Amino acid sequence: MSQIETFYDVMRRQGITRRSFLKYCSLTAAALGLGPAFAPKIAHAMENKERTPVLWLHGLECTCCSESFIRSAHPLVKDVVLSMISLDYDDTLMASAGHQAEAILEETIQKYKGKYILAVEGNPPLNEDGMFCIVGGKPFLDQLKHAAKDAAAIIAWGSCASWGCVQAARPNPTQAVPIHKVITDKPIIKVPGCPPIAEVMTGVITYMLTFGTLPELDRQGRPKMFYSQRIHDKCYRRPHFDAGQFVEQWDDEGARKGYCLYKVGCKGPTTYNACSTVRWNEGTSFPIQAGHGCIGCSEDGFWDKGSFYDRLTDIHQFGIEKNADEIGTAVAGGVGAAIAAHAAVSAIKRAQHKGDQE
Amino acid sequence: MHDSAEQTTAEHDKPITRRQTAVYVYEAPVRLWHWVTVLSVITLGITGYFIGVPLPTMPGEAIDNYLMGYIRFAHFTAGYIVAIAFIGRIYWALVGNSHARELFCPPLFRKRFWQEVGHELRWYFFLEKTPKKYIGHNPLAQLAMFFFFVLGMTFMIITGFALYGEGLGQGSWADIAFGWVIPLFGQSQDVHTWHRLGMWFLVVFVMTHVYVAIREDIMSRQSLISTMVGGWRMFKDDRPD
Repeated sequence: MSQIETFYDVMRRQGITRRSFLKYCSLTAAALGLGPAFAPKIAHAMENKERTPVLWLHGLECTCCSESFIRSAHPLVKDVVLSMISLDYDDTLMASAGHQAEAILEETIQKYKGKYILAVEGNPPLNEDGMFCIVGGKPFLDQLKHAAKDAAAIIAWGSCASWGCVQAARPNPTQAVPIHKVITDKPIIKVPGCPPIAEVMTGVITYMLTFGTLPELDRQGRPKMFYSQRIHDKCYRRPHFDAGQFVEQWDDEGARKGYCLYKVGCKGPTTYNACSTVRWNEGTSFPIQAGHGCIGCSEDGFWDKGSFYDRLTDIHQFGIEKNADEIGTAVAGGVGAAIAAHAAVSAIKRAQHKGDQE
Repeated sequence: MHDSAEQTTAEHDKPITRRQTAVYVYEAPVRLWHWVTVLSVITLGITGYFIGVPLPTMPGEAIDNYLMGYIRFAHFTAGYIVAIAFIGRIYWALVGNSHARELFCPPLFRKRFWQEVGHELRWYFFLEKTPKKYIGHNPLAQLAMFFFFVLGMTFMIITGFALYGEGLGQGSWADIAFGWVIPLFGQSQDVHTWHRLGMWFLVVFVMTHVYVAIREDIMSRQSLISTMVGGWRMFKDDRPD
């Protein structure tokens, strides 16, 4: 290449004015939770850095991540950064199909060896040599490993790629596994959720494209800027929780008044996500605001934690499904009965031998 | 009179009577720790139960109520107290008398220890007529204390502070020290579930502990309850062990 192609070059070629470009930079800085001082830095990066292509693969999935993504509230982020500039391969969104599409994938991998970002939606099934998910005539597992080999970094979109989600729920007949089980030599950024919030997805990808580094991750590999707090910590119904005011029934006075949904099984206190701050569909609402508890879709194995309407998890280790309180009450009751019986026998024995010992 | 008594003992070659009726067993810090832990565990059990399954909804405006806030505050405060007291107790195991160490290191590899555990078990199954005398814990009690209380309490402190760290936020001391526990169990809800099971584990321990303490106080050959108050172990007879 005679001259490097920057993000800015591509943007201008697409007819974006400099004014719109700068607006986009400030918007992105705000969306990422960065200060105003970062807008010029983003602009500088986009004007001078070679564009980073993104390859978007689809494994075993429902495509809800893509559905969420194309509803991003910041159209500039979606259309400009990804559709026009950087998204080189995404078999559900791209115009080309068949051999043509697969050729683009191959071309990008060759041309940008070690530089492109691989985004994975869905996950690979391992059973039957990966035959439960075939892309372009080959198991998805092979495509994933092939594309991951030369990637700079990998983004795991959604709960499927991050944790396994519904296809990995018990009994998991296809033996679907999260991508970190098959790709062990690359940094993986987990963006869990079923689906993840559109602004979170574009925010993560924009951060990586502009700064060329991974966002700061927590212990489980999730970007701290969006996953460092629980839904509960920033929930607008939190004052009702602290006050002890709960929805007890779906049609009671508390439900009408918008009390805390803890008692009807809201998983907000155990779910790390940005729903209560970023919200959904251009910031319109999120599940709790709509009157239903959080189901914890961005948490590991959320399908296997029992009812969506119960705070206590079902425990399967005992053969029958019981929660901690049912087990605890049964055991404590049993021990109580044993103590009573033992005390009775002790009293009888003592009465029989009264005077023997002294 | 006195002489003749000694004479008889020698004549019949009876075992030497131990004329010791009281031994100082539990030093003040151990007793203080015991009762602090009792109060804290009761508080933790009750408040913890109601954090998991809250009380009926409070009437009025949210601004006039703070019930869950108070319950959680009591739980966290009692949690801190029980944890600090537990650390203090471990310290006392190192510097206190030999009885202070019994809780933490049962002699699991000593044959005689297991024989005596067997004897205690037979005593509890009404197969032995007389129990043995012990200055400290009897071997079965020592075993139960270690597996139910020491391990149970350690588990509750670790999982408890891991959950507490979630509220304090990432980068807080509890998150740095105990945050690793959450991915170890899977996710936050799993830790909640295990912490809840741990509560029931300790409930069973408390029930058994209180029953056995009262029963032994009545039926064994030494004092129990008064020992944990005053520190002195009284023996009820002069017969040998």
